[in-house]
Amino acid sequence: MLDLKRIPIAAWIGLILTTLFLIAAIFAPLIAPYGLGEIVGDVWAPMSSKFLLGTDNLGRDLLSRMIYGARTTIFIAVLATALSFSLGAILGFTAAVVGGWFDTSMSRFVDLLMAIPTLIFALVVLSVLPSTRVTLILVMGILDATRVYRLSRAVAVDINVMDFVEAAKLRGEGKGWIIFREILPNALSPLVSELGLRFIYAVLFLSALSFLGLGVQPPDADWGGMVKENKDGIVFGIPAALIPAAAIAALAISVNLVADWVLNRTTDLKGGRGNG
Amino acid sequence: MAKAPSDGSGPLLDIRNLRIEAKIYPPGEAPRTITLVHDVSLSLQKGKVLGLIGESGAGKSTIGLSSMAYGRGGVKITGGEIILNGRDIRKGGTQGIRALRGREVCYVAQSAAAAFNPAHRLMDQVVEASILHGVATRAEAEKRAVALFKKLSLPDPENIGQRFPHQVSGGQLQRVMTAMALCSEPDLIVFDEPTTALDVTTQIDVLAAIKEAIRDTGVAALYISHDLAVVAQVSDEIMVLRHGKLVEWGGTRQIIKEPRQEYTSALVSVHEIEHVEKKPGATPFLSVRNITAAYGGGKIKVLENVSVDILPGQTLAVVGESGSGKSTLARAITGLLPPEQGSITFAGRTLSNRLADRSRDDLRELQMIYQMADVAMNPRQTVGTIIGRPLEFYFGMGGTERDKRIAELLDKIEMGRAFADRYPAELSGGQKQRVCIARALAAKPRLIICDEVTSALDPLVANGILKLLLELQAEEGVAYLFITHDLATVKSIADSIAVMYRGEVVRYGPKSEVLKPPFDAYTDLLLSSVPEMEIGWLEKAIKGRRMESAGN
Repeated sequence: MLDLKRIPIAAWIGLILTTLFLIAAIFAPLIAPYGLGEIVGDVWAPMSSKFLLGTDNLGRDLLSRMIYGARTTIFIAVLATALSFSLGAILGFTAAVVGGWFDTSMSRFVDLLMAIPTLIFALVVLSVLPSTRVTLILVMGILDATRVYRLSRAVAVDINVMDFVEAAKLRGEGKGWIIFREILPNALSPLVSELGLRFIYAVLFLSALSFLGLGVQPPDADWGGMVKENKDGIVFGIPAALIPAAAIAALAISVNLVADWVLNRTTDLKGGRGNG
Repeated sequence: MAKAPSDGSGPLLDIRNLRIEAKIYPPGEAPRTITLVHDVSLSLQKGKVLGLIGESGAGKSTIGLSSMAYGRGGVKITGGEIILNGRDIRKGGTQGIRALRGREVCYVAQSAAAAFNPAHRLMDQVVEASILHGVATRAEAEKRAVALFKKLSLPDPENIGQRFPHQVSGGQLQRVMTAMALCSEPDLIVFDEPTTALDVTTQIDVLAAIKEAIRDTGVAALYISHDLAVVAQVSDEIMVLRHGKLVEWGGTRQIIKEPRQEYTSALVSVHEIEHVEKKPGATPFLSVRNITAAYGGGKIKVLENVSVDILPGQTLAVVGESGSGKSTLARAITGLLPPEQGSITFAGRTLSNRLADRSRDDLRELQMIYQMADVAMNPRQTVGTIIGRPLEFYFGMGGTERDKRIAELLDKIEMGRAFADRYPAELSGGQKQRVCIARALAAKPRLIICDEVTSALDPLVANGILKLLLELQAEEGVAYLFITHDLATVKSIADSIAVMYRGEVVRYGPKSEVLKPPFDAYTDLLLSSVPEMEIGWLEKAIKGRRMESAGN
């Protein structure tokens, strides 16, 4: 039962900020005062009542681009995280339950992928493939899935030897029931905390790729790309590059505050009803 | 309430009106304080042993630890006086307590394996307290430790101290821990269930060693256990506790021979369930023929040429100490560990060795109940789901039909239907085991394998479970394969018995024959190791033994 009074302050801050980011992302065209690529003023105009956050290196409204950027950044990061989680968790659980050659070959393959630095690997792949959102999501999702795979396999291996799983196997239950009904509910806590972390890594990864010019392509806005576009302004004391950077940090912190709280609600090791 | 027998000189330990409280945080409610120990008083003379007995949650460990002014996580001593050697240790402050622990009072924990630091050699841990308190120099302390090792009849006493904790067996480790407690020559030792985690055959050695050491060093002791028969062997007086309150306190003889309180007499007579052996007339429906099983790809043989039969509606008990292969036999029958040789016939047809090759009906007929009920149930499923799943899975039941059957099963195990919405964490140990029984029954099996189902439970609760199993057998005609190391349980439930030793069946037949002399050496050891509620049993049993236990 969700009791509003029992939500801690930190979780409130996280919830409010995350909701604001989400609203901005979902209703971007309604909220943004100007269009995405519309040149509305001078280059790097200071903050004013007309341009709340000033303008960027081409004279576009920074606030509008921040709001549209939230949409792109969060959309790609959410899909990439969802992909990495479903892929990583299902394969990890299956490897733990099936064991044997499947486990060994999967694990060694994942080791192989992890042996290559993620950013370099992504840069190589993205420079070959066309830079669309789908390839971005796929590349980010698959690369991140290796981390999720390792975690969920490690968690599931421990749960798999518990007596209640053995009881289910003795009953003759299929792999599907064992993975989704016996193991998954008990592995949720570490996975949820990993989810918050992974989402943020996805945001940072995307921003890094965009900053290096291989992520979201202009004129589309995303926060990493906006840092890149406006980075030259820092020399002249113009804060335009710092604003998207601050937004990335704020999103990272607020999502993790929420994840921490969800984690606290589900970590009762003995199970039963969550104690908030 | 009986008054403690006492003589002239002041007692070593005098606890008056001890009150211990703890703060608990129930889900969905405000934190509140509960009282664990209600104004308990006790006194202990020098060189005497007081046994504290009661079921789990009775507060016996809490009281024992209070003699060193220690409360486990969140537990606070809120009232009363603890007078040790003539001074109230609660008023001594941290400094006073520090000087006292490990010097005047020492502690022997239940699980020695978990209480030793695995990174240090035994000797360093044994002498640490003596050196820290300046009782002895390292050389003196080590000399004393070796003498204690000898007294506790540990093998190779000169060198055993150089080993690490994982290099000695559980029973030996428990004795090393006793040596550690004795090394600084304390006035009082608190033994917290020191033999509960051990096999019966090992328990008797440890018990004898502890008793001898107490007698020779003249130390006083608080001996905490839930097994009255064990306590009766070492204690001069026994204190029975329940729900943090004193039930009865008296001399050992009085408690076990003439208990004055109803609860005490229930504890004394707990093992006595009359069970008449059924005739072995009918043909067996499950035959295990010449099974050989091994772990590690055939390298480590755990079962050799085992053959047993199970008759419809009867109970076969498999007895032996840990490592004798009893649980492996169960794993081989269920198919979890496919045997290397031999066959299992079930209702006239041969069962496939591998679990994956068995039909759903074969699986249904063979159910299993585990020792640790709390890990045998998914903590994230309600009792209703746990019991209902076999109904859905084997019989395709759903909706109200299933719910009705769940309610029936809950009634059968003497729990109300309101329990269906509870999670396992919200049940007591005995209730958990009952739910596991209901889950097994839901499949309408012909055989239930019970793997040490009562050994993790308090005696009275275990007794209830055994009675329930017997009733269910009478009603449903289900057969049991009952794995246990506790011979008292065997006497009350079995129709036939198989005694296992190092992977082989050494004695097998109807209960009356197996339990009738002449015995082979191992059966004799097992039988004579079961503690009896009788003063002087320990000495008699040790003298009469023909072979050493395997764990020694």
